[in-house]
Amino acid sequence: MEALIEKLKEQIIKQLNLEDITPADINEEDSLFGEGLGLDSIDALELIVLLEKEYGIRIENPKDGQKIFFSIKTMAEFIQEHQKK
Amino acid sequence: MTPQITAFCHIKKNQVFLNGKRIFSTGPEVDMREFVKAAFRNTGTKYPKFFKMDDYSKLGFLAAEVLMKEVGESTIEAKSTGIVFSNRHSTLTTDQLFQDSIQSDDAFFPSPSVFVYTLPNIMAGEIAIRHHFTGENAFFVSSAFDPDWHTFYINQLFESKKISACLSGWVEMDDQSLEAFVYFVEKRKNQQNESMQHTVEELNNLYKINDK
Repeated sequence: MEALIEKLKEQIIKQLNLEDITPADINEEDSLFGEGLGLDSIDALELIVLLEKEYGIRIENPKDGQKIFFSIKTMAEFIQEHQKK
Repeated sequence: MTPQITAFCHIKKNQVFLNGKRIFSTGPEVDMREFVKAAFRNTGTKYPKFFKMDDYSKLGFLAAEVLMKEVGESTIEAKSTGIVFSNRHSTLTTDQLFQDSIQSDDAFFPSPSVFVYTLPNIMAGEIAIRHHFTGENAFFVSSAFDPDWHTFYINQLFESKKISACLSGWVEMDDQSLEAFVYFVEKRKNQQNESMQHTVEELNNLYKINDK
């Protein structure tokens, strides 16, 4: 799980062009949207693409997104549970 | 009374010029995209969204940032400040990037964040958001910077009282090179300086001033 969390941090920084942010700056339990990393709606779409592209996971119900993308930790837990690749 | 050019910024060949004076540069070996990011950091502005923009928007945004720091936001009426830009290739480099992401059936991953920048008006929108400009805006595509068209169109906007100021210019980028020539033009009651009027001749002069 620890390795997956670190990998996710790096992938998110790269995919979302979070310049000047390092993996160490991201707390795995902080919220990704709002006051946490401050991501926006386009970033949310990019995270959906990232899940599919890197982990072969497609989110069937968009309503689940809020729960899955709450934090790096919730994303990692979801990936671990559903990973096909 | 002819509107006057308050300030102008020219970015090309890894150099940033403000009012004809070079204020930032990197060596020619630096990739042009890295140059734009370095030049933006040099402005001292903290705006994380900048790094999420496509390369074309970054270029226009950088030029506007340099220019507006010189003009001074407090002196202008943002509500009636317009934006008029033009270029040759529209957002072709970004369009190609997006096309690459959907080219293969086996790797069909269209990027939402690339897609949203596949229109040149988006660059103008990013600038409008940053500086709260809500006046008229337009984007034109032409084969080269056309001072005749810019002066005609913008002076008409002033005449019809649609704007009190305008951020305007040429922001062009392809795979090999980039160029932004952006200027701020205003119509004020107590204008002192008559040296930079918004005429075809003056615009031609300013556009070529850093050619030497």
